[in-house]
Amino acid sequence: MVSENLVKDVVSEPYKYGFVTDIETEKISKGLNEDTIRLISEKKEEPEYLLNFRLNAFRKWQKMKEPNWADLGYKKIDYQDIIYYSAPKQKEKISSLDEVDPKLLETFDKLGIPLTEQKKLTNVAVDAVFDSVSIATTFRKELAEHGVIFCSISEAVKDYSHLIEKYLGSVVPVNDNYFAALNSAVFSDGSFVYIPKGVKCPMDLSSYFRINSGDSGQFERTLIIAEEYSSVSYLEGCTAPMFDTNTLHAAVVELIALDDASIKYSTVQNWYAGNEDGVGGIFNFVTKRGKCLGKRSKISWSQVETGSAITWKYPSCLLLGEESVGEFYSVALTNNLQQADTGTKMIHIGPRTKSTIVSKGISAGNSVNSYRGLVKMGSKASGSRNYSQCDSMLIGDRAAANTFPYIQSQQPNSEIEHEASTCRISEDQLFYLQSRGIEFEEAVSMMVSGFCRDVFNQLPMEFAAEADKLLALKLEGSVG
Amino acid sequence: MQSKTKELDPILEVNNLFASIENLPILKGVTISVNPGEIHAIMGRNGCGKSTLSKIIAGHPSYKITKGEIKFTGNNIQSLEPEERAQSGIFLGFQYPIEIPGVSNLEFLRVATNARRKFLNKEELDTFDFEDLVKEKLDLVKMDSAFLSRSINQGFSGGEKKRNEILQMALLEPKIAILDETDSGLDIDALRIVASGIKKISNEQTGIILITHYQRLLDEIQPDYVHVMADGQIIKTGESDLALELEKNGYEWTDNFIKEQ
Repeated sequence: MVSENLVKDVVSEPYKYGFVTDIETEKISKGLNEDTIRLISEKKEEPEYLLNFRLNAFRKWQKMKEPNWADLGYKKIDYQDIIYYSAPKQKEKISSLDEVDPKLLETFDKLGIPLTEQKKLTNVAVDAVFDSVSIATTFRKELAEHGVIFCSISEAVKDYSHLIEKYLGSVVPVNDNYFAALNSAVFSDGSFVYIPKGVKCPMDLSSYFRINSGDSGQFERTLIIAEEYSSVSYLEGCTAPMFDTNTLHAAVVELIALDDASIKYSTVQNWYAGNEDGVGGIFNFVTKRGKCLGKRSKISWSQVETGSAITWKYPSCLLLGEESVGEFYSVALTNNLQQADTGTKMIHIGPRTKSTIVSKGISAGNSVNSYRGLVKMGSKASGSRNYSQCDSMLIGDRAAANTFPYIQSQQPNSEIEHEASTCRISEDQLFYLQSRGIEFEEAVSMMVSGFCRDVFNQLPMEFAAEADKLLALKLEGSVG
Repeated sequence: MQSKTKELDPILEVNNLFASIENLPILKGVTISVNPGEIHAIMGRNGCGKSTLSKIIAGHPSYKITKGEIKFTGNNIQSLEPEERAQSGIFLGFQYPIEIPGVSNLEFLRVATNARRKFLNKEELDTFDFEDLVKEKLDLVKMDSAFLSRSINQGFSGGEKKRNEILQMALLEPKIAILDETDSGLDIDALRIVASGIKKISNEQTGIILITHYQRLLDEIQPDYVHVMADGQIIKTGESDLALELEKNGYEWTDNFIKEQ
């Protein structure tokens, strides 16, 4: 959870989360082979089916090729030069927060995510993930009273193995794509959410991902299951220290919504983006997909992507249940030498399914920002509808914006609508606002947030205000 | 130039101002002085530098002052940003108010008003108090409150845009307002609404510069002085009857005047 104070008071600093926590860690050695995977699985005391899941994924990954179709340029990743497991040293079994290393609590405090009983956020439950492991999850007892399960995926493997076995990899198959296969082989931790039948989750749930170590990758795995007539709003936030090397982040998120269930998944991604010359920054290759399995189920993705040197991310919906609904609301901002290739896939399979795509791309500096999306109407998706709107805003004259919409329809009785626009912040617009007494930076941020309004309206309240500030912060000095 | 209120210092003094855009000289020695309570009209052909003068006073970054100075309440403002000038009480009513999609008119007006209030050490207004204030000001220009929820100038008719400018002037309560062809594109009813709005907002403390081609605005708002501009200079200054003369004889003589020079 990116809390209230996360982006507050930081307007003068470009990236406030670049610090490194000096903590003793347990790392395995660099490199990736079957032994690495067995070692990770062993460390986590996993059942055999999960080890097989990993090994299966690894063998498939070895036969796959890194995709090169995205509009991204980056130096080749050496997969043998990455540490696949890094965890802060802790006691074997932690029974309460008091036993968590104070340095870790301090780290999350500094990030605006206090975890301790006295200081924790009151309206939201947090799962805090530090490198490869989940540190703490707040409000577990309170949530349990409602039957809601919210814990790290490692714990879920131990305590709710039947659910993991049933659903893990059911939305994103292990061989779905190169990065998903890699994640399936080496994933270390992440969050697990289970909302039982008929339950509206009493508070927002959130995960906060922190990369601390410079030479280890982060491969988290999130699984959210919403049973019939249940609903949940889930938020995720991410930051990383400033290193001049690139760190790989390859996550997989799977969502499953049964009959009449709804899942709202919001992301504010603020991984370190590298410096002005494009040195350092996170390589963010993420597979996020939701399956609207049930009738009238709904999955809504909203994302504010401002960080990472490279972003490759297409949160998608498989609309199987009849009358199910998929949504994708995205703001992607790139500055300096950042590159983003992001969008969504809306796969209409069931009849009378609906999807909405609203994408706002903002490119400043020398950055490249691409929207890539697929809308597919399957042969049984009669009476289904899609509406897509993809807008790009250019700031300065060196930035680039692309839109790649793919449309496939096998169903004549369906509607697909696509609108796209490109605009530029003009000097005259800025002068108009300034000539009314509005400061230059504020004028830019008013225009940018005006441009993003349709998406911000979809974010949970306090998230929206932060997103606003975050964009202003990211754009500082990029105009004029 | 004579002044009605000699005991007061001028609000705005433009002294022998030369300015250019991309090395092309536009203003070639403009001098004008506006005292509190005065209404000045600047008339002249298209391209004579009227709009440039107004933009330079407001601080448009594209123009470069090469000589001379602009003083506002006695201080040289050349180093001030456009927003600082606006906050201190300089208002420019645009000839072509620009559309800004996505930014709500209400929010824009509130931020602008509060920036000015902050400068005046007045309490900033929250959403509710501001709505009360803005509704009161809407009456001055006979605008419907539906305008507030729309994006800035987006989809506004020409007349609505101009009324929105005057609404901003009413909220910002400037010391000096430069209204650049506020009358252009207005039908006679809208012109009257705008003119009566301007009159109600201005008082003996404020100065107004009306930039216009036509007498009809000056029929509604009587200027104390009329300046004729040609080729980047003020070539003649008179009282309100000068405007009538221009209406009758056109601008051709100004061309001859420049040639003779």
